[in-house]
Amino acid sequence: MFDHIKIIYHQGKQFIPDVKTAKVPGIFRGRPVISLAKVNESELVNSCPLNAISAGPVRLDLGKCSFCGECARQFPEKIEFTTDYKIAANNRESLIICEGDQGPVKIDPAKVRKEVPRLFRKSLKLRQVSAGGDNSCEWELNAANNVQFDMGRFGVEFVASPRHADGIVITGPVTENMAGPLQICYDAIPDPKIVVLVGTDAISGGVFRDSLALDRSFLDRYQVDLYVPGNPPHPLTFINGILDLINA
Amino acid sequence: MNHTTIFNNQTIPISQIPEISYDDFFELNAGFVTETADRHCVSYFGYPVGQEIKLICCMADDPSHVIHISSCLVSPTGNLASLTTGNFCFEKFEREIHENFGIGFTGHPWLKPVRYPHDRKDPLQTIANYPFYGIQSEELHEVGVGPIHAGVIEPGHFRFICNGEQILHLEIQLGYQHRGIESLFLSNSKLSGRVQLAESIAGDNVAGHAIAFASVWESLCGYQVPPEVDFSRTVALELERIAVHTGDLSAACADVAHQLGGAVFGRLRTPIVNFFQEWCGNRLSKGLIRPGCNQFPFTPDLAQRLLEVLKAFEPEFIEINAAIFSLPSALSRFERTGAVSFENTLSIGSVGMAARASGLNRDIRSSHPHSLYPSLQHEPITKRHGDVYSRLQVRKEEVRQSIKYLRELMTRVPHGKQEPGLSGLPQPDSFALSLVEGWRGEICHCAVTGAGGELLKYKVKDPSFHNWMALAMAVRNNEISDFPVVNKSFNLSYCGHDL
Repeated sequence: MFDHIKIIYHQGKQFIPDVKTAKVPGIFRGRPVISLAKVNESELVNSCPLNAISAGPVRLDLGKCSFCGECARQFPEKIEFTTDYKIAANNRESLIICEGDQGPVKIDPAKVRKEVPRLFRKSLKLRQVSAGGDNSCEWELNAANNVQFDMGRFGVEFVASPRHADGIVITGPVTENMAGPLQICYDAIPDPKIVVLVGTDAISGGVFRDSLALDRSFLDRYQVDLYVPGNPPHPLTFINGILDLINA
Repeated sequence: MNHTTIFNNQTIPISQIPEISYDDFFELNAGFVTETADRHCVSYFGYPVGQEIKLICCMADDPSHVIHISSCLVSPTGNLASLTTGNFCFEKFEREIHENFGIGFTGHPWLKPVRYPHDRKDPLQTIANYPFYGIQSEELHEVGVGPIHAGVIEPGHFRFICNGEQILHLEIQLGYQHRGIESLFLSNSKLSGRVQLAESIAGDNVAGHAIAFASVWESLCGYQVPPEVDFSRTVALELERIAVHTGDLSAACADVAHQLGGAVFGRLRTPIVNFFQEWCGNRLSKGLIRPGCNQFPFTPDLAQRLLEVLKAFEPEFIEINAAIFSLPSALSRFERTGAVSFENTLSIGSVGMAARASGLNRDIRSSHPHSLYPSLQHEPITKRHGDVYSRLQVRKEEVRQSIKYLRELMTRVPHGKQEPGLSGLPQPDSFALSLVEGWRGEICHCAVTGAGGELLKYKVKDPSFHNWMALAMAVRNNEISDFPVVNKSFNLSYCGHDL
């Protein structure tokens, strides 16, 4: 008993007091900034293993980007990754960063369905489905629940049953073998419900975009309420995206 | 010679592997594994050559640090004698070959689908119609779990046959995570794309799979890795081991409702993954390992930071372990739960941490050492009982061992000179193999190149491929309520298995 109290005492204060302004350590690759410097654009486009960069004007699609940093290494004068982790958006187009853009990635309040903030502002229960995910996004979503990020303090939690959920969180590129179970899970969630895509694989297929083993038709059928880019997304990216959505 | 012998990370001309008849192939490979723990099958796969299928079997020989490679050419419509009848370790490899090419294996106990790949031989077989083993009985009942599980984890289906609360049999059906990695390796022509594929095989074992890919590629290109690259890779593997073992100890505590353990181990994982971020910009080390180069040199400043992180980590880790492993209510859930005997472990060909917990010494770091492991003179940690307690003890002790290795490595941080990097193309008509000890166990990547140096076959084997059967064995005669903690003590990869 006293041992346990001692352990609790030794932990000190672990939680991040303000998840909106916390600084991430080190050289985290978050929102990129593209300068107006002139570079060989075809080489720049070609430097990306995932075809996330397009030319004229130079744009980088965070929904396709794996944040490997290859472009910034080859063209440091053109592309720089900042440590800004707030890169989730509800518009697919908001994930496309154009050269010269300096502003943050934002939730567009006009596109948030009215019932989402009204019903879920104080309590949002989510059912996560890994549809071909590589377990990296799952690790980070679990980390969002740990004592440091402590997403539960905002009333946001993952639940076991879709019947208890207000929305579905999808990771992975949606494999053919998971397309059926994903649909069943979605159908089991009572209305109104939200759809959240977490990670580059889910948003665009990522490194698997050309695979013949995928069936992404689910994503054509339903409106996506939140895109959370990253490979995997940082827990703070996910938490801030969700909070901005339900407080819109 | 009816086979050829190579070292880890060696490339040989494909013509150097003798093509023998299937009867000889059978005799040879069955003979390798009979009644000895010294040798085991690290990979066995097929690929099409004209109208026929070429089978390649790779048997690692631990005491002599070599790998025996043999091959044979067979017809895709034929029926072959099954190696599984005498040695269960071939069970899944033969099922995989059957599923991919349609080759029959006479005498195989259950030639069932492995993962329903998109390019399977029989597209009429679908994942919703898996042929589960059933029992006709009024006393027994079946419990189906998954593919979607209660937590934030990957999908897979578990079918239990129970007598009351007691599990008699568990069958594990996988394949939901199949996203065609092996064929993408062939179709993706960018090296930077391929290495990202390797990083996505198992997102909790990024460093392990990326190092295996990089080693295969460097070996195919005849590139000698400079010591600073080897240094970074060794550090990355040991950091990954600490991070995941700590996270798994947290999950095991949560599964026996010990919340303090769950919270403390969970938060202890954070400084380790955050160190990865300080080093390479990603908490799971994505982007760190690249063939032939050291994108993020390990600087003396980073060494200083790592020593600080470990200094803060270790006493907290020891303290919480001492509390958990002296608590009777936790021990009663861990001890004698989910035990796999040494004999079963050996016969199903289990590898890595799970095998070591049952007393089977399988560790690539000592048997086929790569990177800086020869200089660390690694001694594997083994336990005897093969229960949840043993697997958690292995994790605990391996974390402390990894800390020791990291401290030792930090005394000899190489100078950060920029090496020229990889140039050149893969050698044509060659075979390369790389074994890496990830935190789960041995990762095996094999590549076969064609006349122009292009990839003809890229074969990935995650340690989970062997170990899922160990989990099915472990839960027999256990309470079904103990399944979560047994499962977590293994923490096998779904995506690494399904590819």
